[in-house]
Amino acid sequence: MVETERVGEVIEASTTGFTAQCYELYQMPPLGRLVKTGDSAAELYGIVCNAETTSLEPGRRPIARGRDEDSEEAIYSSSPQLAKLLRSEFGVLVVGHREGDRLYQHLPPQPARIHGFVYQCSPGEVKDFGESFDFLNIILNAHLPVPGEELVAASLRRMSQAHEDRRAFLVAAGKELAVLLSGNLNQLNAILGRIKL
Amino acid sequence: MTERLGIVVSGSLNKGVEVRLDSSTSIEDMVEGRFVTIEGAKRRFFGMITDVSLGMTDQRLSLTPPDVSDPFIAEVLAGTSTFGSLHVSPSLVIGGDASAILEGPQPVKTIPSHFSAVNLATQEDVELVFGTEDEKRFFIGNPLDMEVKLCLDLEELVKRSNGIFGKSGTGKTFLTRILLIGMLQKSRAVNLVFDMHNEYGWAGTREGGPPVKALKQLFPSRVAVFTLDEENARHRGVSTDGVVKIGYDEIEPEDIALLRQTLNLTDLAVEAVYQLSRKFGRNWIQDNLDLKGVEELPEGLSIHEGTLLNLQRGLATIRRLPFIEPHSPVNAVQAIMEHLDRGTNVVLEFGRYRDITAYILVANMLSRRIYAHYQSRVEKADAKGSMRPQPLVITIEEAHKFLNPEVAGQTIFGTIAREMRKYNVTLLVIDQRPSGIDSEVMSQMGTKITCLLDNERDIDSVLAGVSGRNELKSVLAKLAAKQQALIFGHAVPMPVAFQPREYGSAQSYKDFAPQKDVKEDIEKLWD
Repeated sequence: MVETERVGEVIEASTTGFTAQCYELYQMPPLGRLVKTGDSAAELYGIVCNAETTSLEPGRRPIARGRDEDSEEAIYSSSPQLAKLLRSEFGVLVVGHREGDRLYQHLPPQPARIHGFVYQCSPGEVKDFGESFDFLNIILNAHLPVPGEELVAASLRRMSQAHEDRRAFLVAAGKELAVLLSGNLNQLNAILGRIKL
Repeated sequence: MTERLGIVVSGSLNKGVEVRLDSSTSIEDMVEGRFVTIEGAKRRFFGMITDVSLGMTDQRLSLTPPDVSDPFIAEVLAGTSTFGSLHVSPSLVIGGDASAILEGPQPVKTIPSHFSAVNLATQEDVELVFGTEDEKRFFIGNPLDMEVKLCLDLEELVKRSNGIFGKSGTGKTFLTRILLIGMLQKSRAVNLVFDMHNEYGWAGTREGGPPVKALKQLFPSRVAVFTLDEENARHRGVSTDGVVKIGYDEIEPEDIALLRQTLNLTDLAVEAVYQLSRKFGRNWIQDNLDLKGVEELPEGLSIHEGTLLNLQRGLATIRRLPFIEPHSPVNAVQAIMEHLDRGTNVVLEFGRYRDITAYILVANMLSRRIYAHYQSRVEKADAKGSMRPQPLVITIEEAHKFLNPEVAGQTIFGTIAREMRKYNVTLLVIDQRPSGIDSEVMSQMGTKITCLLDNERDIDSVLAGVSGRNELKSVLAKLAAKQQALIFGHAVPMPVAFQPREYGSAQSYKDFAPQKDVKEDIEKLWD
């Protein structure tokens, strides 16, 4: 198996999702990116649905430091401890799992393990995952910190990059959404407006 | 390769099924009248598209239409939120069922299950339903928008009376000519055609073109042309096989009764006809016309003067017809019967006498006598157990004049239409006002072919009692003004709109008639 880019480590997990912390400040994967965790026996697939950078200690809020500095970069270089006092995390919505060779687009039987490594999926994996659009329903029904249509649009835009015919992929996804959102025209229009090329 | 259109989503046996189109199928390719097959779980159904409609999952789409100028949005919505649907009337089961495999297409008694796939009918499917050309089947045209041949089983067709309807100028005559040729070639029946407009015997007219060949030119040995108007036939260069003259003494009271409306006779005058004929015998018309007034009436006849005048005026109209003579030297019926017995088809041309009086009188008189012949021969044949005479098909035009509710009970045509094949005589009725025909007669017709009709009453009377009437009504109303027709009834497994085969080109004559006739024609051309 080709080692794909590792982007973080699970620090909080539930059946529907997990939170991972990045090893480097601000190195979180983009919104809507397909990531995976777990071992080859049972892999969990998720979509990056949220990201935040906060202080390491919940009670200590960062303070403004840049009054005497010329650039933002200069703040970090003059206070190297900052990289250790802050942390970047991202939330992942679990949308599927793989057992052996089979890919399922429904929730896994077990949540992710804490300290599990989180990897970005390779374009080939993204393409395989995009064969089915069942995951869209999971996103639309999830309680998320970001609006559902934003995440659907972001994930489809990301996934389309792995396909040679981006338009065909997006049209197929759009048709699936049109069925799922047949009773919610406004939401459908909002998503279609965000995914059109 | 079958072309999948969509899936069945709802429906009923009576009303037909709704088919939701796949997003890949363009609704604009779907044409009313096309044939489709439905792959049910156990059976294969064969049906026709009877309606095409647009649907949407959310009614708000119609209130706030999406921005379809964006091709992406348009493509996504097509087939999902907005979709096309078809209304299909399944009419036959063509496979799956044991009886459908053994005995060919069967009428439907059920409908396909939910989400059965719907395909465009292939050539093989259509051939399975409408047959291919063979000894019994005759190619009459192509179903609309299809390349396959629609073939009629003419043996089956001539077993019952049939009708060809349509507005004037829609192609009834061409259709009739094709059908007559078919009967001549593929069925054992002989035809007797009362040709009011001289269209079927030697040559027929064509709008905006040279005349087309008619039966006698195509099948010289199998068709005899009789005429009422020798002079006219000579002018037109038609070689006739006989001239029909009618003597007064051959006209019977029933013939006059039928002409009551045309001759403007009162009921009393018709009553008087019977009295006079009883009194005077065969020469009643001559004797009656000789009367100068009621004073000269023989004793025992009580006819009012006005009635007598009315009757004499009417009879004078008949007497003025040039082919009517005090006494005819040849027996026209006998001559025609001889031809029919030999299996020769007879076309009786009316020449210039296109007057409806002449047509009704002659057609009715001759048919009644010929029918009587047939009747007695069939009865004799049945009694002896010998062969029945060849089936006879009598073609009449302007049929509503013979078969309207008032006279249908009296004319021989009413009787033939009702008794059907009992005596091996059937009718081919050609008419432009089917609503004028007695409904009892209409209901007995086996197969009806109708070109465009636009009068509501005519449409209703043609389609009376046909299943899927409303669907057919819309098909009928959308036929082109020319060269399209709808056929339904006994001789076809299901109603079908078709375009009659070509008639009038050298190639079409070649297709219709045996090869040698065409060769002769070409030789003549170079002479």
